[in-house]
Amino acid sequence: MTAPLIQFVDVTKSFGTLNVLKGLNLSIFKGETLAVIGKSGTGKSVLLKHIIGLIQPDSGKILIEGHPLHRLPIEKIKSFQKQLSYMFQENALFDFLNIYDNIALPLAENSNFPKAQIKDKVFTRMNQMGLIDIEDKFPAQLSGGMRKRVALARALVTDPTIVLFDEPTTGLDPVRKKNVHLMIQEYQEKLGFTAVIVSHDIPEIFNVAQRIAMLDEGIIMFEGTKKGILESHSNILNAFVRGENF
Amino acid sequence: MFTNIIVKIGQKFIHMIESIGRIVLFFLIGAMNVFLLPFQFKKVLDQIWFIGTKSIFVVALTGIFTGMVIGLQGYYSLVKFGSEAALGSAVSLTLIRELGPVFTAIMITARAGSAMAAEIGVMRISEQIDALNTMHINPVRFLFTPRIIAAIISFPLLTALFDVIGILGGYISGSIMLGINRYVYMDTVIKSVRVSDIAGGFYKAFAFSIIVTTLCCYRGYYTHFFNGFGARGVSLSTTNAVVQSCVLILISDYIITLFLV
Repeated sequence: MTAPLIQFVDVTKSFGTLNVLKGLNLSIFKGETLAVIGKSGTGKSVLLKHIIGLIQPDSGKILIEGHPLHRLPIEKIKSFQKQLSYMFQENALFDFLNIYDNIALPLAENSNFPKAQIKDKVFTRMNQMGLIDIEDKFPAQLSGGMRKRVALARALVTDPTIVLFDEPTTGLDPVRKKNVHLMIQEYQEKLGFTAVIVSHDIPEIFNVAQRIAMLDEGIIMFEGTKKGILESHSNILNAFVRGENF
Repeated sequence: MFTNIIVKIGQKFIHMIESIGRIVLFFLIGAMNVFLLPFQFKKVLDQIWFIGTKSIFVVALTGIFTGMVIGLQGYYSLVKFGSEAALGSAVSLTLIRELGPVFTAIMITARAGSAMAAEIGVMRISEQIDALNTMHINPVRFLFTPRIIAAIISFPLLTALFDVIGILGGYISGSIMLGINRYVYMDTVIKSVRVSDIAGGFYKAFAFSIIVTTLCCYRGYYTHFFNGFGARGVSLSTTNAVVQSCVLILISDYIITLFLV
């Protein structure tokens, strides 16, 4: 197997007296879709925020293609972070911008693309997501499902190579959930990005991800394939998958 | 017991110094970004509309009544000494030197400053500021810089409006209602106001624009530091932003006046 694209080595993180990550080890490989599952409040979002650089670990290392992130020159860190995109749990769309401006924002603020090219890219993503004739509307005027798709369009408009999804289907009905999963799967296959999805959608997420990692008590207690989960003898894992207390 | 008190005072002092440091850094980052290209022209215009244009009515309303009250009180004070002819001078100098900049700043704080703190606070708790970071957009440049440019433009203009309408208010109560000769009123206004008085008012308006915008945006931006993530946190940040801005306006008014007189 090739070297991991991103690797967590003994990462710990505390907030005050609350120890969230307690020596977490995890590997993420290039081009794969990895689902991170686990009970609420176990630090799944914290894990994602470490990758994007919103949170720094207290101890341990995060390796990018084998190199410790904190020792990389600032240009390399910036260039790595520019390959990343993040889809937030609550979408984090800007209320004061219309849908077009929301999706165009990362391009308009950071790139030297001419306006026509930005427009082209935005409308391509909007059409792919089925967001037709809503470019002048504001996020508050859209349904929850539409807002999710707008957030997904914004996450993908920069053509990232790594996309982090923080519970992308929260608050959606089963049909919309399935659509979002299909959308992620379809674009991951089409665009070939590396996807890390934090999700509670069990067992649906097993069909989207190639590998699954379960976070419990601040560590990864399982990392493997869907087949590995089904064959696992871990009581905790089995109980979680069945939705039972453990 | 005594040691505990010293420790608590020390902690408060350190906390205060840290806060001042954060506010100064926040302001410096925002101010430096004013000079970085590309210039955020549309965002600045939007903020001028919000901070400036939308405050015109409330500033004009307070201006006219403030002028009328000064006219009324001034008349009855001056008439005792037979100096009611100096009403125009009293009204205009009071407004231009002191009340214009201070009242305008307080009204803008109440209308636009509170909205800035609340809007940025909501953006913080709904992860919109984190989203800016993940998109490699400097949140201070994106949120604070256009607001401070707009405030620096809007505050002096609104102060000028307040002054002019206030003088008109003084004219209404002094000349129209109480019968002072209108030519005398206007003549004393023109003769008593010097350029240095107007400039002093503008210096104050400039200083207040920086104080109000920095404090309100800072309070919203660091909502989670002081009051946690939640609606209550945003409401407390907004209240603190308005109260602290008003107090600082009055303190800085005194300090600036010390240097101007």
